[in-house]
Amino acid sequence: MVGAGSAAGAALPGERVRISRLTRMLESEKLLAAALLAPGVVILVLFIAYPFVMAIWFSLTSIRVGDAGEFVGLANFTKAWSDTIFQVAFKNTVFYTFWATIFKFALGMWLALLLNRHFRFKRLIRASMLLPFIIPTVLSAFAWRWMFDPTFSVMNWLLFHSGVITDRLPFLSDGDWAMWCAVLVNTWRGMPFFAITLLAGLQTISPDLHEAAALDGANAWHRFWHVTWPLLMPVTLVVVVFSVIQTFSDFQLIYVLTGGGPANSTHLIATYAYQIGVASGLLGEGAALSLFMFPVLFAVVWVQLRFMKRMEGH
Amino acid sequence: MKRRKFLKASGAGIAATGLAGILAAYRAPVFAQANTIHILRWNDFVPAADKVLREVFAPEVEKALGIKLNVETVNANDIPARATAAIQSGSGPDIIMLLNNNPQLYAAGGVDVSDIAGEVGKSQGGIYGLPTSMCTVGGKWVAMPWATVPALISYRKSWFDEIGVKEFPKTWAAYHAAGKKLKAAKRPIGQTLGHTFGDAPTFAYPMMWSYGGQEIDAKGKVVIDSKETVESVRFMTQFWKDAHDEGGFAWDDSNNNRAFLSGDICATLNGASIYVAALNGADKFKTDKGAPLHTDILHAPLPSGPKGTFPYHTAFTHMVMKYSKNVKGAKEFLRWAHTPANYEKWIVVQKGFAVAPTSQWEKHKMWDVDPVMAPFRTAGRGGRHMGFAGAPGQKAAEAWNKYIIVDMYAQAASGKMKPEESVKWAAGELAKIYK
Repeated sequence: MVGAGSAAGAALPGERVRISRLTRMLESEKLLAAALLAPGVVILVLFIAYPFVMAIWFSLTSIRVGDAGEFVGLANFTKAWSDTIFQVAFKNTVFYTFWATIFKFALGMWLALLLNRHFRFKRLIRASMLLPFIIPTVLSAFAWRWMFDPTFSVMNWLLFHSGVITDRLPFLSDGDWAMWCAVLVNTWRGMPFFAITLLAGLQTISPDLHEAAALDGANAWHRFWHVTWPLLMPVTLVVVVFSVIQTFSDFQLIYVLTGGGPANSTHLIATYAYQIGVASGLLGEGAALSLFMFPVLFAVVWVQLRFMKRMEGH
Repeated sequence: MKRRKFLKASGAGIAATGLAGILAAYRAPVFAQANTIHILRWNDFVPAADKVLREVFAPEVEKALGIKLNVETVNANDIPARATAAIQSGSGPDIIMLLNNNPQLYAAGGVDVSDIAGEVGKSQGGIYGLPTSMCTVGGKWVAMPWATVPALISYRKSWFDEIGVKEFPKTWAAYHAAGKKLKAAKRPIGQTLGHTFGDAPTFAYPMMWSYGGQEIDAKGKVVIDSKETVESVRFMTQFWKDAHDEGGFAWDDSNNNRAFLSGDICATLNGASIYVAALNGADKFKTDKGAPLHTDILHAPLPSGPKGTFPYHTAFTHMVMKYSKNVKGAKEFLRWAHTPANYEKWIVVQKGFAVAPTSQWEKHKMWDVDPVMAPFRTAGRGGRHMGFAGAPGQKAAEAWNKYIIVDMYAQAASGKMKPEESVKWAAGELAKIYK
């Protein structure tokens, strides 16, 4: 304060005018808001907008590794659309997102309702439940891959020695099995996010409402359906939006668990775009493939946000 | 006064360290431009070889040339991604080890190493045909062949003996018959048909060629949709069902090693890494009768199809990157590493898993030590390139990176498609590349 005061005191008349102009500018709410938002906008432009614009530009060119290529218009998009592996990857992405989100939501809700009760070691259990979410995906996917190993799977070993199976189960070596294994691992990893967020939502609901409903004769299901669920809906929608975005653009889990195999049966858009763009060096085609995610995610988010807005209106 | 004293003293210090001279020359001081070479390679299946690079090559090349060698190793399947990122960003390792025909894909990112290839080839009996085709573009060497890992079948001799097969099958039909019996005895053949750099293409391409199938003709026209290819896929589908461990669809290059060493499979197409591991771990890896496992392992070439046998061996090459700020040092290092006295230190610990790219090394005394390794001695001579009978260029590399030939077999063997459909699918995918 002393320094600032003495500096201001020592300032020349011209500088004093400038300082007072700056103060006046900062007193304007609009300008202050702009100044405070600027760092965030710069980060967004540098790390989100710039790569996004570059991806659009790449997708319109024949750029490949070490060769800038030339403008090809929508050729990369039309090629991708007729690509049978991409078609499989697109269907897989929708399937994977749909089922993983359903399971994460159902199990997350169930877990949140359980954790909302009072029991011993409640805090410890709530904290430990977050472990799958905290462990880096690459590490947990590796651990699952070992558990599903075609030859040395501990699951097969357990099931075989407990007499449940007589032959190994093809966890990752059959396309359908591998896809469901991926859904399972994604559910295991993402369920805590649902549970903890829904739990936070549950704790904002006043117990008085439940008591009043109970006094009116509502059973547990009725209390959930008519009291808890409507009040939890906004939180649920936010969690589902986040989850759909993360699951639809998932890469790490599939890359480590199956690499998109066997025979492309578990490729997602992100893993296939990586194989084409990065591993094969066809950057333009890879960018076009990855951009197919954008309209789908945009539509999902738009519909859900509109729904939320309508709910808020009510 | 104190500040003045400090400035005076630091000024004297700067003068003593020659900052004025450095500034005048517009160059960083020598110690800041240390002659460092960053080389990116795979995690060698023979770990002792990586140890030689770090513990023998690094100190020796520093002593000999003043080059500080920084060796980084990663999973081989991750190298293409690293190479793409490095070339596009214009920064990364000075030398990148590339696999198979990837030098064709990254040709624009590598410097001309024809001088080194010329010297090494001339003084060491000539570079084999397969690595030559992988590393040359328009007669220019864009990468320097370092080694080749020949793919031969490692098999359990006693298990084949037990079913009355005293000599390893010479045809696919005979191998099928033997494999069927062995699978019935819970000793299947192990083979990956997954997305992995080595064992999958080294099996799938030769299988196609042995029946007379090929991706393209000499003019670059896609000819894969032929009765020969369909026949090979049909055979593989039945062969897989009757004789193979069906977990192979999800295997990478290391799964068959583990399955063989644990006694789960009777045979597998591989480099010699299984035998080398069994040899190094004689106390750990045993047969069911308690003998060291390596005493029950032999090697054989792939069986013949109706048109013969045409192997494919995995080439390992070094590309000196154009963006490197020390191209001269990188080339000096490669030249030094290929000097017989230095290269020998690396190649002998491979014990035949990797063979040199030049014929002179066939005469090395290491081949007299172990007769089990004898089939690897001259294996480097053979081999077709992917994209045969066309050029081994960028398009062939793209087809490999998309695993089109591997998937053609995997889709049929898994029952996902009929053999004819799978071949048609492959033809469609290749047509998009060779348009």
